[in-house]
Amino acid sequence: MIPGLGRALILLSLLLGTVGAMLAFATARRPSPASWAWTKRLAFAFSGGLVAANLLMVYALLAHDFSVGYVAQVGSRSLPVWVTVVSLWSSLEGSILFWGAILGVYVSVATWANRNRHPEYMPWAIGVWLACGAFFSFLLAGPAQPFATVQFPPADGPGPNPLLQNHILMAAHPPFLYLGFVGMTIPFGLASAALLAGRLGGAFLRPLRTWLLLPWIFQTLAIVLGGWWAYEVLGWGGYWAWDPVENASFLPWLTATAALHSAILTERKGILKGWTVTLVLATFLLTILGTFMTRSGVFNSVHSFTQSPIGPTILAFLTAALLWSVGLLAFRIDKLAPEGRIEDGKSREAMFLVNNLLLVLFTFTVLLGTVFPLLVEAVRGVQMSVGRPYFDRMAVPLGAALLFLMGVGPALPWGRATGAQVQKALLPPLLGAVVAAGLGLVLGVRNSWTALTLAFGGYTAQVTLGELWLPISQRLKRGTALAAALAEVTMGAGRRRFGSYVVHTGAMLVIVAIAVSSTMGISKEVSLKPGDQAQLGPYTLTFLKSENLTEPHRTAVVARIEVSRDGQQVAVMGPRMNQYERQREPVGTPDVKSFLFHDLYLSVMNISPDGQSLGLLALVNPMVGWIWGATGLMALGGLLTLVPQRRTAAAEAVR
Amino acid sequence: MSETTRTAGSLAPGKTKWFALGALGVAGVAFLAIAMGGIGSNLVYYWGPTELQAAGDKAVGATIRLGGLVVENSIVRGAGSSGVEFDVIDRKGTKVHVKSAGVPPQMFREKIGVVVEGTMTKAGHFESHRLMVSHSNEYRVPGEEHPTDVEKTMRTTEGLEGKATR
Repeated sequence: MIPGLGRALILLSLLLGTVGAMLAFATARRPSPASWAWTKRLAFAFSGGLVAANLLMVYALLAHDFSVGYVAQVGSRSLPVWVTVVSLWSSLEGSILFWGAILGVYVSVATWANRNRHPEYMPWAIGVWLACGAFFSFLLAGPAQPFATVQFPPADGPGPNPLLQNHILMAAHPPFLYLGFVGMTIPFGLASAALLAGRLGGAFLRPLRTWLLLPWIFQTLAIVLGGWWAYEVLGWGGYWAWDPVENASFLPWLTATAALHSAILTERKGILKGWTVTLVLATFLLTILGTFMTRSGVFNSVHSFTQSPIGPTILAFLTAALLWSVGLLAFRIDKLAPEGRIEDGKSREAMFLVNNLLLVLFTFTVLLGTVFPLLVEAVRGVQMSVGRPYFDRMAVPLGAALLFLMGVGPALPWGRATGAQVQKALLPPLLGAVVAAGLGLVLGVRNSWTALTLAFGGYTAQVTLGELWLPISQRLKRGTALAAALAEVTMGAGRRRFGSYVVHTGAMLVIVAIAVSSTMGISKEVSLKPGDQAQLGPYTLTFLKSENLTEPHRTAVVARIEVSRDGQQVAVMGPRMNQYERQREPVGTPDVKSFLFHDLYLSVMNISPDGQSLGLLALVNPMVGWIWGATGLMALGGLLTLVPQRRTAAAEAVR
Repeated sequence: MSETTRTAGSLAPGKTKWFALGALGVAGVAFLAIAMGGIGSNLVYYWGPTELQAAGDKAVGATIRLGGLVVENSIVRGAGSSGVEFDVIDRKGTKVHVKSAGVPPQMFREKIGVVVEGTMTKAGHFESHRLMVSHSNEYRVPGEEHPTDVEKTMRTTEGLEGKATR
């Protein structure tokens, strides 16, 4: 019964999406209140269908109804409830189904938020969203069918890939990534609508910016949660390897970040209209490219699941979206003329341009390294990949330059600046640069890129903290109490500006932490017998014994390792090797002990069945934990700038 | 891009515009050259033993992911150290001797598909700094052997990340 009902819900969504998109486009061409009302109703109904299909799938998973194809594929009676629920996105069909639900929620919320606004282009936007929605419903109806009927239901299923059962972050990374990736459909629709309606004045920017920023926040969190998951689960000691699936998540983030910045110039100066819109369109295209790369099986990974016919279908959609975007831009090229201009190369505006140039070069670099092997294989049939040194060599200077620019840009004034003003703005933060670099040298930094990154970080920190402090100090001077001043700054009219600098603070810390963690760590691989010791930096590691554990859905061998420093016991750690029921290969789980400035990371490479011989990977990873924390700060800052400011909203209403 | 160049050009009229356009063009070409050079010198080839032998001296110094099966009775574990030596064979029967640094992963054993990353030495053996075992996470009846998909492991990503011991 459930398979039939599920398929019916998906076909209904496909129908509602298709009809809704057509009606929306018709409404946009010939507006009428009745058809506009029905467009919105169809959008809500489409969303309802997909959300209902997801709830049905979750129910089927929890009820262990193995007559549902997807449940037979990933379900298992031995799993804890949380793993059963996250199984929804642990394989191909379910993940597309989940994509549909997120898209549905986004379309509903965005439609609801703009139900009485922007009647001149909202129908176009809803049309584009529903067309995308119809495509994903089509995937669910054909190439990636989750509700297939199993003729002879098995008594039990295998459960998801053990790597995906191994850590609670599996419950966090995929939903955030979907909220980021899928969310980029909304600004894509808005940008398309602005082009279709020929409304490229200032008005379209407010919703565009809001709906770009929201998925950007999720995407930021998702990328780092993915790195964190890799760090906590995969056991090789790092969090980023320039792997195609990582790049796939990073590419749209880069273009979205560029778009968020160029939108500020478009808003203030009426320039870069076409450029901002192009970046928004490109962001969406990159999310679809990323979906193609991760889901089609061209790269083997924990994300690609099985070979499936979904690849060509997504590629066709990508091609269509690309032609659509290019066509729209060509069609409206006359409306993209700038209304103002940048008056001075020494201004903040000019630095925004440099920022965009760097972010686009970054995108291009990563895209080239990711796609190059596919192109070579398609043309010459040779299998290869682009090694990590390429990405490091290109990304390190670009990242350092972006960090420096985060200091230079905000230090410079808008408009025009005299030479004296420029000196006054740019010279003082050199103090911060010298202090940070000096501190680094004292603490043992010897890598020149790391030292330079620290210097740039110090420079930017001084500027950013100054900008954060400025509105607070102004209020303090006026006699406001500190708590009240803080509340005013974070809740009041200057919130958007304040929030942006909070984002910058987070980004600055992330870049510095990446530089330090990737150059200042120590690692060692050792073979130990019980009682053996190994020295890693200041730590002495003693292999005490191994223990066998039995848990409901897995068994494990845990290596108990005593960690001591200067003769004092610091901790007893337990990296382990898990054997999941009904899975062939064991999966290691590292143990990470976090201190303020570094992590101690222990990972079992191999352990003999009798527990008498342990192959251990041990690392001291400095500042890795700071990446997670600083990303949280970025998201917090993003939220501060996102929430609409009452005063501005009221002012708009008066106007 | 036209928008950027137009604005960059509007710093000042006339000649400056063309100068800015030209500078941007030169910078773009230079960047492309650096990027392509960077790719060219950091390619990782996916080869089997036969292709490795066919490449001859070209394989010395190049970064290679070598895939194949571990030959029975060929594993020699380094005494005291954590290294391991073994032979890798492909379907055509070509063998390559591999010296791998670091602790091998749990699943490493005879007759299993492996991928080693490293380079060919003049001495004629393969020097590896990363050893990966090709997994298959699909459920099989215990004891039933399945063909290890070495080719897929070569394209491997995060799921099978072996430790680079450099």
